[in-house]
Amino acid sequence: MSLDDWQLVVGLEVHAELATNTKIFCGCANSFGDEPNTNVCPVCLGLPGSLPVLNRSAVEFAARLGMALECTVQPSVFHRKNYFYPDMPKDYQVSQYDLPINADGTLELPDGSVVGIERAHLEEDTGKTTHMGGGGRIHDAAYSLVDYNRAGVPLVEIVSRPDIRTPEQAQAYATELRAILAATGVSDAKMEEGSMRVDANVSMHKPGEPYGTRCEIKNLNSVRSLGRAIRYEMERQVQLLESGERIVQETRHWDEDAGRTRPGRSKEQAEDYRYFQEPDLVPVAPDDEWLASIRAAMPMLPAARRTRLAAQTGGDVDVALVVERGLDDLVLEAIAAGGDPGRLLVHASNNLSAGAGELSARPFAELSKLEATGALTATQAKTVLAELVTAGGDPAAIAATRGFEAMGDDALAAAVDAAIAADPEAWEKFKAGDRKVTGFFVGLVMKTTKGKADGKAVTALLDARAQS
Amino acid sequence: MTTAQQIADAVRAGERSASEVLEEHLAVIDEREGDVHAFNLVMRDEARAAAVAVDAGDRTGALAGVPVALKDNLCTRGIPTTCSSRILEGWRPPYDATVVARLAAAGAVFVGKTNLDEFAMGSSTENSAFGPTRNPHDLDRVPGGSSGGSAAAVAAGFAPLALGSDTGGSIRQPAALCGVVGLKPTYGLVSRYGLVAFASSLDQIGPFAATVADAALLLEVIAGHDPLDSTSLDRPLPPLVSGLGDGVEGLRVGVLTELVHAEGIAPDVRRRVEAAAEALADAGAKVDEASVPAASFGLSAYYLIAPAEASSNLARYDGVRYGLRVDAENTAEMNAATRTAGFGPEVKRRIMLGTYALSAGYYDAYYGKAQQVRTLIIRDFAAAYDSFDVLLCPTSPTTAFRLGDKTADPMSMYLNDVCTIPSNLAGDPAISVPFGAGDDGLPVGVQLLGPALSEGTLLRTAAVLEGALR
Amino acid sequence: MAARITTDDVAHVARLARLELTDEELVLYTEQLAGILAHADDVASLDTAGVPATAHPLPLQNVLRDDVVRPSIDRDEVLAAAPAVEDRRFRVPAILGEAP
Repeated sequence: MSLDDWQLVVGLEVHAELATNTKIFCGCANSFGDEPNTNVCPVCLGLPGSLPVLNRSAVEFAARLGMALECTVQPSVFHRKNYFYPDMPKDYQVSQYDLPINADGTLELPDGSVVGIERAHLEEDTGKTTHMGGGGRIHDAAYSLVDYNRAGVPLVEIVSRPDIRTPEQAQAYATELRAILAATGVSDAKMEEGSMRVDANVSMHKPGEPYGTRCEIKNLNSVRSLGRAIRYEMERQVQLLESGERIVQETRHWDEDAGRTRPGRSKEQAEDYRYFQEPDLVPVAPDDEWLASIRAAMPMLPAARRTRLAAQTGGDVDVALVVERGLDDLVLEAIAAGGDPGRLLVHASNNLSAGAGELSARPFAELSKLEATGALTATQAKTVLAELVTAGGDPAAIAATRGFEAMGDDALAAAVDAAIAADPEAWEKFKAGDRKVTGFFVGLVMKTTKGKADGKAVTALLDARAQS
Repeated sequence: MTTAQQIADAVRAGERSASEVLEEHLAVIDEREGDVHAFNLVMRDEARAAAVAVDAGDRTGALAGVPVALKDNLCTRGIPTTCSSRILEGWRPPYDATVVARLAAAGAVFVGKTNLDEFAMGSSTENSAFGPTRNPHDLDRVPGGSSGGSAAAVAAGFAPLALGSDTGGSIRQPAALCGVVGLKPTYGLVSRYGLVAFASSLDQIGPFAATVADAALLLEVIAGHDPLDSTSLDRPLPPLVSGLGDGVEGLRVGVLTELVHAEGIAPDVRRRVEAAAEALADAGAKVDEASVPAASFGLSAYYLIAPAEASSNLARYDGVRYGLRVDAENTAEMNAATRTAGFGPEVKRRIMLGTYALSAGYYDAYYGKAQQVRTLIIRDFAAAYDSFDVLLCPTSPTTAFRLGDKTADPMSMYLNDVCTIPSNLAGDPAISVPFGAGDDGLPVGVQLLGPALSEGTLLRTAAVLEGALR
Repeated sequence: MAARITTDDVAHVARLARLELTDEELVLYTEQLAGILAHADDVASLDTAGVPATAHPLPLQNVLRDDVVRPSIDRDEVLAAAPAVEDRRFRVPAILGEAP
């Protein structure tokens, strides 16, 4: 079997919980982790006689997201999607069908590729079921318990076009979409918490032939799982296809522990959702003024941030990571305060993975300058940075407190010569070209200078001595 | 019989106490309720407590001390609200319908929850899971439906006022059969929050009363914008009570041909409509023939749209969160066992019909087409209202029929709604006002239809007809 | 005009609607529904080409509410109405299928 003969096609459906204060159709708090069934009311419980009223912020957030995805934001209506399930209080879900609020957009990935967005529409979330008995999975459960706190939380469902061609691209799409959701304030978008859920539609076909039958993969709890699951599916499908078998169109669940997808319970018959326009709600048509104000208030999106940071620092891969961490503003401020762009970028991508803490722009800039002039070694700078992050302060003062100081050239040369003299045998090896002893000499110099020597400078001096 | 207005005036003036008024009505209930069965629940204790509170406190509310009966599909907090169905038997809502809250704030004293066709589906109140209501004028006959209990309560003197709901005629038709006034407001005029939904784009809550003035009084209290109902109109109310005596001089009245001559309209009913036309002409109205051609298709469109919406609205009754549960091995079977045991045949029929009309492959031919017919009906009414202010037609094709007469053939029961349905589809207001008797001596109601928010016009026209009989 | 409704159709919609019918009921309801739908077929005779559907009699749009938290309902009152409760949640028998 060779995957090379086959073309992967992936479409992603992402559900993101909106970061509104209240649910989509009622004033219950939109809050994760509260005591079961405490954020409920007649509306989100679907009690007889209850009626929905649409949350203004849900519309605004959806429109904002649509704009960030270059969609047409258009007048829309709600439809009922009818099916029975205990986590659905009304046994229908209020969603959008043929007239969604956002349609026909695009998402540009860091590598420059573009994935089409078919639609991004509003709908309500369901309650949460906990399966009891039999290991907590639905299949062996004896019974289930339902909590409706989540029922009615506003969701936006983002459906991509089937433009994705590699597992990495799928991961990049999910990462970028998450970054956009967070940057716009539309959603926390945490896959681990369930505020962003990704389902993948995966099919394989031979180039030149029509698209294959697709399978829907659910239960992906991280970007990593997304990649793993797609790779698994690719192999599974190609294996079947190459043995002459058909792919069954079905929903499959990713089993993280086993590293494989499994078929879901097969249904006796396909669902017929009997969509019809929701008679308890009226159409939504944001006017031009409202849309203009949403557009005007749009924060800078990750792609624009990357471009901006790269222009200032000349980096690229580091740039994406720094933007993803939300540290680009800090770096730019530090550059404006006179800091060294290259060193600032390196620190932000290598040494600030847990965030900036108490670190602010001016000290950050100062630190990078001290390093640039050689007053601090890279290692010393990293130590000072860590303290700035924990407690703030002034880099020069911190360096002084720790005894980090500039090592003069003469002092450094003296330390190197002393190390050479201390071990003539090792020095002969070094002169002969054995670069493995470099570490020995650097370590010795570090020890005698109590870490004040700069490793690169020591190596440069050793080389110079070796040649003279 | 004293009117609600008279009671309210007397209580406000301190001439009568709310408790005294209530006891009088409870006595009438004690005497006749056994025969009539208008109520699923007589709220004796709650009513007495409410009357005491009115007497001890604020007597200035528009309905202070006035006994009111509530159709049992209106949510009353802590009080069983059954929709006359086994599936909600004993269910106590944790909240009040908006109209209930407004009536309570106006000082009304709720005497009970009235019987209805199960989930408001029917035209005779014979589909109630708790036994039918009987027409106070003749106990062998139906009071009409689905708000048969409310109509009968007013007709029997159990309360001067009652609330019902109207989706295809469920206020107007029982009003006609019981000889009382019943009005279906403009869609959106009265909040539906707390009305257990049947067909959401058609349902409206409205008043029953013995007099036109009382109906206007009740409507004024319950009408008006509600932020809890997205379909609630946010416009100033048309004047209702004031202007009732304005008469109909110069009013353009159209006798609605297609409905006057619809299949099944009894000759005696038709004659009362003609008499009403004459009475209006005598009072100065300009009466002519009107045509709303698409109205003939209202019945067919309704029996696709209403069940479709109902099939979705009634899905929530699944035994999970409230109401009846019939246990089973798994949830899907529990849902099915619960619904099978909990719903009566008419409800099941409509759920299946509605599910079919919406299902894949049939949507365009049935539901989709019916919604287009709805547009035609709205257009034809709009055209008629260019030439006419008010349209006149029968309410019910016949006087009250006997219990059991129409239960064998669902279609025969549905034909009762032929004159009332078009207003629901158009979202326009309509009132049934008693106008004499049929050949059998039973009440006949005539129906007045008007464009959106024309309740004031309808009420003053009805007042003229009411006056013509005195 | 759609074809006449069959017992298979009725059995199918009954399943969709979570209703159980006996064999006799299946036949009876099929007859009754066919009768009602025959009446509805006169709608098919109307020319509705180009006529927009009316989902709603009202011309309203943009009815929205502010994103402000309002008090929720007392949990005990809600659970008191529940047929089965465990650990402050609604208890249901085994759910066989996954959510669509």
